[in-house]
Amino acid sequence: MRKVSVTLLCLTVALTTAACGSDDDSGGNTAAKPTNCTNKVVHEEAPRVLVWAWYPNMAKVVDNFNNQHTDVQVCWTNAGQGQPEYEKFQTAISAKKGAPDVIMLEADQLVGFEIQDALVDLAPFGANDVKKNFSEGAWKDVSQGDAVYAIPVDGGPMALIYRTDVFDKYQIKPPKTWDEYAASAAKVKAAGGPVFGDFGSNVPAVTTALMIQKGAVPFVYDLADKQNITIKLDDQATKDVLTYWGELAAKGLVGKEDQFTTDYIAGMVGGKYATYVSAAWAPGYLTGSGVGAGKDKGKFAVAPLPQWDPANPVSVNWGGSAFAVTSQAADKALAAKVAMGIYADEASLTDGWKTQTIFPLNQGVLTSDEFVNAKVDFFNGQTANKDIYIPAENAYKGAVYSPFTVFYYAQLQAQIVKILGGKTSGAQAATDLHNQIVEYAKSQGFTVK
Amino acid sequence: MTMAVTLEAPPVVSAVRTKRRHKKTGWLFILPFLIVFVAFLLAPLLYAGYLSLYTKGLATGTTFAGFDNYTRAFGDPSFRKGLWFVLKFSAVVIPLQIVVALVAALVLDEVTGRLARFSRLVIFLPYAIPVVLGALMWGFLYSPSFGPIEQIATAFDVRAPFLLSQGNIFYGLLNVVTWQWSGYYMIIIYAALRGIDSSIYEAARIDGASARQIAFRIKVPMVSSALVLILIFSLIGTLQFFTEPQILGPIANGSVTPDFTPNIYAYYLAFRYAQFNYASAISFSLGFVVFLVVAIFMVATRKRGSLFT
Repeated sequence: MRKVSVTLLCLTVALTTAACGSDDDSGGNTAAKPTNCTNKVVHEEAPRVLVWAWYPNMAKVVDNFNNQHTDVQVCWTNAGQGQPEYEKFQTAISAKKGAPDVIMLEADQLVGFEIQDALVDLAPFGANDVKKNFSEGAWKDVSQGDAVYAIPVDGGPMALIYRTDVFDKYQIKPPKTWDEYAASAAKVKAAGGPVFGDFGSNVPAVTTALMIQKGAVPFVYDLADKQNITIKLDDQATKDVLTYWGELAAKGLVGKEDQFTTDYIAGMVGGKYATYVSAAWAPGYLTGSGVGAGKDKGKFAVAPLPQWDPANPVSVNWGGSAFAVTSQAADKALAAKVAMGIYADEASLTDGWKTQTIFPLNQGVLTSDEFVNAKVDFFNGQTANKDIYIPAENAYKGAVYSPFTVFYYAQLQAQIVKILGGKTSGAQAATDLHNQIVEYAKSQGFTVK
Repeated sequence: MTMAVTLEAPPVVSAVRTKRRHKKTGWLFILPFLIVFVAFLLAPLLYAGYLSLYTKGLATGTTFAGFDNYTRAFGDPSFRKGLWFVLKFSAVVIPLQIVVALVAALVLDEVTGRLARFSRLVIFLPYAIPVVLGALMWGFLYSPSFGPIEQIATAFDVRAPFLLSQGNIFYGLLNVVTWQWSGYYMIIIYAALRGIDSSIYEAARIDGASARQIAFRIKVPMVSSALVLILIFSLIGTLQFFTEPQILGPIANGSVTPDFTPNIYAYYLAFRYAQFNYASAISFSLGFVVFLVVAIFMVATRKRGSLFT
């Protein structure tokens, strides 16, 4: 435990080095040196661009890029999946040194880094040349007005993944509404079956998506009007969704476990959860962890996400990433070339969607016969793209994120933990969350409307 | 050389000169430590102190705040909550560790032979395991899917409690910390016991003291300064509680909140929310509380322990 004083020391050391950094390079920002690449650089003499990314098939993607380019080479590092990577990037921004040239970011993180001037507008570097490859919604998620801050790779249309063995055994059909979902959960539980799903505290992005599905609009924010933000987290939709999941958890109909942990994956493998409310890229990550293999092979299927009002279905999104150029990049034009070119070649995209690591946003792939009619192995040959994911993606209208997503997610997570512990109600959690976020926004200098 | 100097110069001057030279040599010996001390402790502390006087908003940029961050820190429910947790935790874990360490040391002091040496090593072993590895190991032991606790419970057809759940994490951490540190404290007490002159025991036995009386009336009072030392160590360590909850956090289903302990809160503020200024103020506020608690404690134990008087 006394090691803690060392930690405190490290904190302060980190702060000092941050200071040293800004002194050393006379105000300029410097990216980390592209050495210690995880991949093998093919053309040694070409200039290198340092890329941070966590796609499970990134090694192949990088090799594809390097083999196809002689004028630039990618030096790749996996700096963590999601949050751990953002922490390192945030620290590098504060230190004014140590960031990569190109970084993989989720759409909900972009504005938080844009407001800190940490990302480069790619429009002057020819970003609009690749605009035609993407849908309007996908392009909107990465731009602010005419400025383009990242090049999209994949999206995360959400659907209901379920276990056919459990559904068959308890004779239930995929629920079309959330009411049916709750009823089926009760039915399976009463018959002695497993929990129906999971209300994990560590996937606040999922909960936010489900709130948006019910009609919540948590944030209205435009970078052009930097100081003003509208926050609405104590509305009825948010309260309803938190209450709905809180009650399912309290009744023992869904699990209370965090997701992506070894225990959770073990539960998925063992059929402990009948359904998984998740995005199109999930099967790739699950397969990588050993789910759906061996005796579990072919036991998964996917259905459209249950709705609140089946007459007016709403499609929501979880995750999906893009490549951005950091303002610390030494050669921004070269970095922009990498951001636009990496994971954009056919071989990489095909590998990505075939392993279900990505749900591609590239229109060329999205509309190709091979993709549309693919019989997905993980879902036992189901034509999941055509039936579920493509319609979901096409119906997705985009979302607006706050410039402090990390803080918002941490507070939502803390409220979910409280709900799961029976210490607060869904409605109270929404009210408290709203007040916390409003107070935080004000302390950060925003005018809250 | 010195001889020649003494011959040529008046004795007084030479003494001063030698002294001055000694002083310089002294500094030279200290230098390696001093460089590290200044570069890695003093300078960062000063810089963090400087940072804590400013405030930075996403939309406003950096402005001078004076002591605003400190008033905000002590009124911050998150900081207070963390502080309350570590104080509660200290109140339970420190007595527990000391009792375990003291009993083990007293027993090991009595018995001799190969078994005693082996036991000493085994009790001390957890301290030799890095804290991070220790925490990871316990994370596995507690796991509801593969942990042996659950497997044993399943054999008896019951469900073991998940020791990292919201209601149980206090005890789960208590166990990890006690396991990790008791052996270390045991060695300190044991060394103090070894330092006692055995003729005192002989005298006590002649006076008719039983083994138990020797242990509690003679040995414990004579190692009281070691006990005070341990108390101070564990108090400082526990108030800065960080590593174990940080490592076990990802598998604790959210039980380890961002404001679980003051140090975790400072970490979140700095490296997740990019509020280095406020994080520095939280760190200094925690330092102040630690200083205060230890000072109160040292005054309270002044009569008992000879170490700090």
